[in-house]
Amino acid sequence: MTMVPTESAGESAPLAAPASLRELFFAFNRLSLQGFGGVLPVAQRELVERRRWLDKHQFVEMLAVSQVLPGPNVVNLALMFGDRCFGLRGAMTALAGMMLAPLVVVLVLTALYGQYSQHPLVSGALRGMGAVAAGLVISTALKLLATVRRNPMGRWPALAFAALTFVLVALLRWPLVWVVLGLGSLAMAVAWFRIGRAEPPR
Amino acid sequence: MTGAELLGLFGHFLLLSLLAVGGAITTAPDMHRYMVTEQHWLTDAQFTSSIAIAQAAPGPNLLFVAVLGWNTAGPIGAFATTAGILLPSTVLSLWATRWGSQRRETRFVRSFTNGLTPLTLGLLLATGWILAEPYVRVAQYRWGALGLIAITVLVMVRTKASPMWLVALGALAGVLGLV
Repeated sequence: MTMVPTESAGESAPLAAPASLRELFFAFNRLSLQGFGGVLPVAQRELVERRRWLDKHQFVEMLAVSQVLPGPNVVNLALMFGDRCFGLRGAMTALAGMMLAPLVVVLVLTALYGQYSQHPLVSGALRGMGAVAAGLVISTALKLLATVRRNPMGRWPALAFAALTFVLVALLRWPLVWVVLGLGSLAMAVAWFRIGRAEPPR
Repeated sequence: MTGAELLGLFGHFLLLSLLAVGGAITTAPDMHRYMVTEQHWLTDAQFTSSIAIAQAAPGPNLLFVAVLGWNTAGPIGAFATTAGILLPSTVLSLWATRWGSQRRETRFVRSFTNGLTPLTLGLLLATGWILAEPYVRVAQYRWGALGLIAITVLVMVRTKASPMWLVALGALAGVLGLV
């Protein structure tokens, strides 16, 4: 992997890579078990900021691809990252690391939940955790917004596509498939055009 | 549950796996239609609480699929739904990633990823919005929820603290009746 100059302090350490399947497994195990209300914010913190296995741009690029592929995003992300490091074995290791322990936890909780669901303390705690989960996703988005600076389609067109996606999905509740096919194709066409203009065909 | 029904459950989740563009949660309405309305395997309340439990537990949100399967047919049900939702998308993802990474410098792949990254950012914000909205809409919870969201964003952007502490803080605030 190449070293990429980054903007803010603390993110300038050179990129690293997992040394073994074991390290990969426990890294994904650890980030998954921290992921209350969604693993994505923790994945960004662990893979990009703490372990430096990916830089911000690589992360958002992988995320973009994992979002258009069918299947759960973070699972796709784990598969792609594991595959990149150790091939098929790595993909399966990252997937197992991410799924196994949380699966046990959630099934135990399912068994317990039936008895305590009506308790006001339980529903209050769930509400508080829900609000924090929303905040975590929003802060991940805000941090990754910086990546538009390097987008070949240009900062403002990229921001406009991000804003439009938000409006269509969050406010107008369009089905995702139409947003991805429609707006996505348009965004790809703009990127295609801008890349072609910046680099005359070799 | 009969073997044929179990196979039907597995098959339905195999199909949903390929439709789950943008995350497993986007297929929840269709799971509801199949498991609650059509097959009567689960009640409405069971369906909703299955998703709430998975949200509250650590791990990928996709685990709600395992909880749905468990509540339908026990361990074998959890296995059928989880394997079903994972298999097709896993095979496709691995294949597509390899295809793409061999061609990552080509104009086509670069346009594809660079065109879609802004949509990804918009979708993340939209997810945050959709998660926050149920709390912010209710006057009773509005200010507490907005406060928690603001604290979370501030801590995440300014510090390197683990998100786990924030989730614990949220649970505490909820228990104390602040949210």
